[in-house]
Amino acid sequence: MSDVDLTGAAARPIPQLGRRVFEVRALKSGFLTLLTWLAAVLASVPLFSVIYMLLVQGGTRLFGADFLEVLTGLPPAGFEMGGGIGPAIVGTLVMVAIASAISIPLGILAAIYLGVLEPKSRIAMISRFLAKVLTGFPSILAGVFVYAVLVIRYGYSAWAGGVALAVLMLPTVVLAAEEAMAQVPQRMKDAAYGMGCTRTQVIWKVVLPTGLPGILTGVMLAVAGAAGESAPLLFTALFSNYYVSQLAELSDPTASLSILIYNFSGMPFPNQIELAWTASLVLVLIVLVFNILARLVGQPKV
Amino acid sequence: MAKFFQAADNASSVSGPPRPVEYANDRIFRGVAWASACMIIALTAYILWEIGREAVPAMHQHGLAFLTGTTWNVGKSELGVLPEIWGTLYSSLLALILGGIFGIAIAIFLTQDFLHHRLATIFRTIVEMLAAIPSVVFGLWGIYVVIPMLKPTAEWLHGHLGWFPLFGTELSGPGMGPAALVLAIMILPTVAAISVDAFRRIPYKVKEAAYGMGTTRWEAILKVMLPTASSGILAALVLGFGRALGETMALAMLIGNANQISLSLFSPANTLASLLASNFPEAGHIEKQALMYAALVLLAITFVVNVAGLAVQQYTIRKFEGKK
Repeated sequence: MSDVDLTGAAARPIPQLGRRVFEVRALKSGFLTLLTWLAAVLASVPLFSVIYMLLVQGGTRLFGADFLEVLTGLPPAGFEMGGGIGPAIVGTLVMVAIASAISIPLGILAAIYLGVLEPKSRIAMISRFLAKVLTGFPSILAGVFVYAVLVIRYGYSAWAGGVALAVLMLPTVVLAAEEAMAQVPQRMKDAAYGMGCTRTQVIWKVVLPTGLPGILTGVMLAVAGAAGESAPLLFTALFSNYYVSQLAELSDPTASLSILIYNFSGMPFPNQIELAWTASLVLVLIVLVFNILARLVGQPKV
Repeated sequence: MAKFFQAADNASSVSGPPRPVEYANDRIFRGVAWASACMIIALTAYILWEIGREAVPAMHQHGLAFLTGTTWNVGKSELGVLPEIWGTLYSSLLALILGGIFGIAIAIFLTQDFLHHRLATIFRTIVEMLAAIPSVVFGLWGIYVVIPMLKPTAEWLHGHLGWFPLFGTELSGPGMGPAALVLAIMILPTVAAISVDAFRRIPYKVKEAAYGMGTTRWEAILKVMLPTASSGILAALVLGFGRALGETMALAMLIGNANQISLSLFSPANTLASLLASNFPEAGHIEKQALMYAALVLLAITFVVNVAGLAVQQYTIRKFEGKK
């Protein structure tokens, strides 16, 4: 009996379950928490600094009395005062429109194959992998590629710029649209198949309408990205001081906001630098509008 | 019951076998979709082939010496991209160290219950907006904000710690330091977003178990969450590195385009992408071919890094979703 201790607990210390605030472990945890907060605050400084500079440096011209001249005028040369960024705004919009017209239909069609028709086939696997690789592809290489394909033969043009942007948009559109269509519940598709729909009918009547919010989000984000791109336009669209006013002029060098910022940023004239900031503000606003649209349409309805 | 079966005979019912036209439409549409999917493969192959074809004359002329040459003298036809390769890797590595630390810290901040979920959404929007700002705007900001801001610090560091290789030269304007700093800001959202994904994949039970054993918040993060998410974070870092390698405009505006190899943070340097951006538009025929060769080198480097990153990411996804 003596070696059986029925009240053995008495020998063990009672565990401390209370929280001790000044324990080394707790202090260490608190210190790291402080560091994380600091990192988070520091990381948001650049964004606010960029926004502040855009509003202060670019806002004076854009929200000033001569805003119409800024938005519609031609870029100034050398010591010239005044001037505007009109041709660049039009050029950017035109080239993004060309890029969208090429990449969105193609991208969605490819996504239909990858996401709905044959998700596990070898071609789908390879395409999906390459699309992922292409999203990480340096944007300037799209410019080099289009230079080799189009510019050498036909010269600098808005078409070439648009194609270069399309090359960059395509993988983003494909991956986003595929993801959106993969979210469509199998039951909805099965219900449609059960009614005797062909696969094409299922895609047009069920998958596309249901996946539309997600697809549009991806498309808007791709458009926003393309609008902000500059590297691929450097030697495809080049630059121009004049408006694109007729269809035929799409085969001439074309201005864009991003290249205007790049060109003007290095100039020794305060007027040009101010316009570079104004152009930056306009460009960021354009990109922001598409980003906000992406969020607004992105609420899935499934 | 009888009502249900009437539906089949009802003329307004949509159910029924497809008509021949519908079969034909189906085949055509599927063919078009198949062709579009194939086009991604064709496009990638065409990009490789076109850039490769344009680079062939330069490859014949310069061979592998192109990769080890340190001068870019078109007149003498002495062309080499070693300083650019060095600049690309060095700037990306510096950016990765800085952007990686902050990116992972932010991923922890967003996923480990530091914030009320509404505040977390706002903060995530801030980080995403950072990703939306165009590269060229960051370049402009770098020229007029970052460089003037870094100058006093750089002068002090060079004056007092000039013997240290990182601070070996004076900052005269554009240079490696400002370029890497801006690059770090640009890759931060990428690293943060992919790391957040990695943390989100960890089942909630794991965190509960850790807290249940009486860990502090940071013991749970450092000893349980980080090791579990490590492969996803590695993928984030590798893909962020890939982003940094290909970044062009901000660097072309900030790095100073000087053909030299230096450890100093304050000396101007160059990268492959900014070499292309600044030399391509005015280059003659011979230089263009050499630049195509440089583009091919850049393509090869980013391809390897991105494929490695994607492979790690894929491995992570399988690790967590295979167990279901």
